[in-house]
Amino acid sequence: MSAAITAADGGLRVLLLDEQAQPGGQIYRNVGARLATHSWLGKDYASGLRLLDALAQSGVTVQSGATVWRVDSGPRVVWSQNGISQVTTASHILLASGAQERPVPFPGWTLPGVMTAGAAQILMKTAGMLPKDAVLAGSGPLLYLVAAQMIDAGCPPKALVETQTPRMMLRAFPHLPKALLSAGTLLKGLRLIGKIRAAGVRRYKGASSFAATSDDSGMINFSFRSKGRLENLTCAVLLTHQGVILSTHMSRAAGITHEWNAAQVAFQPSCDIWGATDRPGLHVAGDGAGIGGAEAACAAGTLAALDILRASGHISANTRNQRAATARATLFRTRAIRPFLDAAYAPPAEILSPPDQTIICRCEDVTARAIRQGMSEGAAGHRQIKSSLRAGMGPCQGRMCDSTVRGILSAGNTSRMGDIAPPRARTPIKPITFGEMAALTTHSEDTA
Amino acid sequence: MKIVSRFQPPPKTGATAEFEYEGASITAPQGISLAAALLAHSGAYTRQTAGGDARAAFCMMGVCFECLVEVDGLPNTQACMTEVRQGMVVRRQIGLRRLNGCNDS
Ligand SMILES: Cc1cc2nc3c(=O)[nH]c(=O)nc-3n(C[C@H](O)[C@H](O)[C@H](O)COP(=O)(O)OP(=O)(O)OC[C@H]3O[C@@H](n4cnc5c(N)ncnc54)[C@H](O)[C@@H]3O)c2cc1C
Ligand code: FES
Repeated sequence: MSAAITAADGGLRVLLLDEQAQPGGQIYRNVGARLATHSWLGKDYASGLRLLDALAQSGVTVQSGATVWRVDSGPRVVWSQNGISQVTTASHILLASGAQERPVPFPGWTLPGVMTAGAAQILMKTAGMLPKDAVLAGSGPLLYLVAAQMIDAGCPPKALVETQTPRMMLRAFPHLPKALLSAGTLLKGLRLIGKIRAAGVRRYKGASSFAATSDDSGMINFSFRSKGRLENLTCAVLLTHQGVILSTHMSRAAGITHEWNAAQVAFQPSCDIWGATDRPGLHVAGDGAGIGGAEAACAAGTLAALDILRASGHISANTRNQRAATARATLFRTRAIRPFLDAAYAPPAEILSPPDQTIICRCEDVTARAIRQGMSEGAAGHRQIKSSLRAGMGPCQGRMCDSTVRGILSAGNTSRMGDIAPPRARTPIKPITFGEMAALTTHSEDTA
Repeated sequence: MKIVSRFQPPPKTGATAEFEYEGASITAPQGISLAAALLAHSGAYTRQTAGGDARAAFCMMGVCFECLVEVDGLPNTQACMTEVRQGMVVRRQIGLRRLNGCNDS
């Protein structure tokens, strides 16, 4: 949104395509609807309204419910809305696909009643629906945020089961001085944890060996180990979270080079500080270019838009550099806390490479055992696993299993995960019907 | 055994939409997603995999495809990305409907 506003203010014609029904992205999801102005979502959420107002006044053409399923150099995008696909060409395209939660596979994670913490937050934001009798499990800032939002809404989680170990905290410690540059964010985090403590939510630390089963009434029985003891909790909803990873289907399908980010245990598109990639006319910004959070995403969007204004001759390089000062400072400050967060909430090895009986590919029901069997028969990369087992071939196109397949291929050893090339993202990056593809109507616009 | 919803019902304000799901009539606030309305209705599964596994909406943001249902006869519809509409007829998706042109590559 911030990129679109900056570009439009600079005199470009801008088309904003977003798959969601309303503008706002993940963080400001549904902020425009009165339904969602629940005070328990906090001040940060409400500040999205300002951005939305600016967008409404900017002259940007906003297409909601518009799914991009193909990006080509040229550049052009092919997008689908209400079952009809269109092609739009432009001199510049900015890809800002955001992030998804890292899949948290364990035996039983496919049961109805096991969902992601983000899913519960989306239900709170868009439908005002609060989970009954929920357990939150995993780690990461969003887990604490959702817990605090549930407390404020009057339905505190039954327990918080944290995978964080003292060793992760020790590894994070050296990054603390730098993280102090983002003192505001650190304080916010401390306040969240304070709130969870004050509410008396039961916390289990250093948890491992997650497993879930369900009974006839649909209740979830969640077992895990904490401090050497086997624990059992019964709940209606088990909400898991283990940080977020970039959504790279669009950038990979567009042919942009990707590089391994060891700290975030994920691949990201290679780009310069303006988000310019090795593909002419294609920029990337926001969490889809590297997880940095909402403030960083906003700043990166501004920088990309300024660079696009320069590249299209609307401003000089000097003007771009001058106008970029605030956004660059914000980016520097907000990124300062990432090494600390990445180390403190690192995904545990058993989530990256889960036990044999765990379903890894939810679409095609492929287990970790089958993948290990495939490896013993010689499969060494995503492609062989995909062609022999169909893992990653279902409708989600690997969004739920790619990261785990990579984890299993490297036996949970994060230092080896970067050596496994990311799988190719095939077009269409979101499923559409043949009929829609065949009926493709072409129209072209001069957009940024 | 009926599986009760795992969520508190959405607040009753504003306009509603009525739709059919597996023969039952469901009323939901307008503007919420079909997946949210189904979760408010029941805690049971809404899709079955080819292997017979029961599944329900998981991510609510369009990435997991566990919320696939049949809407007005159209299979492979992501309930979390579809708003409830007055009069829509929704069914569970049983087994995997092959998606044309994208996953048999
Ligand atoms: C589930 C979840 C909940 C979060 N909650 C919080 C929170 O409460 N507080 C907080 O500080 N941070 C939160 N974060 C992190 C925060 O959302 C991000 O840091 C921030 O939104 C990044 O902004 P962005 O513009 O890069 O991406 P996003 O806000 O994710 O925006 C990306 C947009 O791209 C669209 N998109 C993706 N693919 C396509 C496609 N193929 N076609 C069309 N459109 C597409 C998406 O619909 C989305 O609207 C959350 C992240 C997730 C995943
Ligand atoms: S619930 Fe994950 S795609 Fe709909």
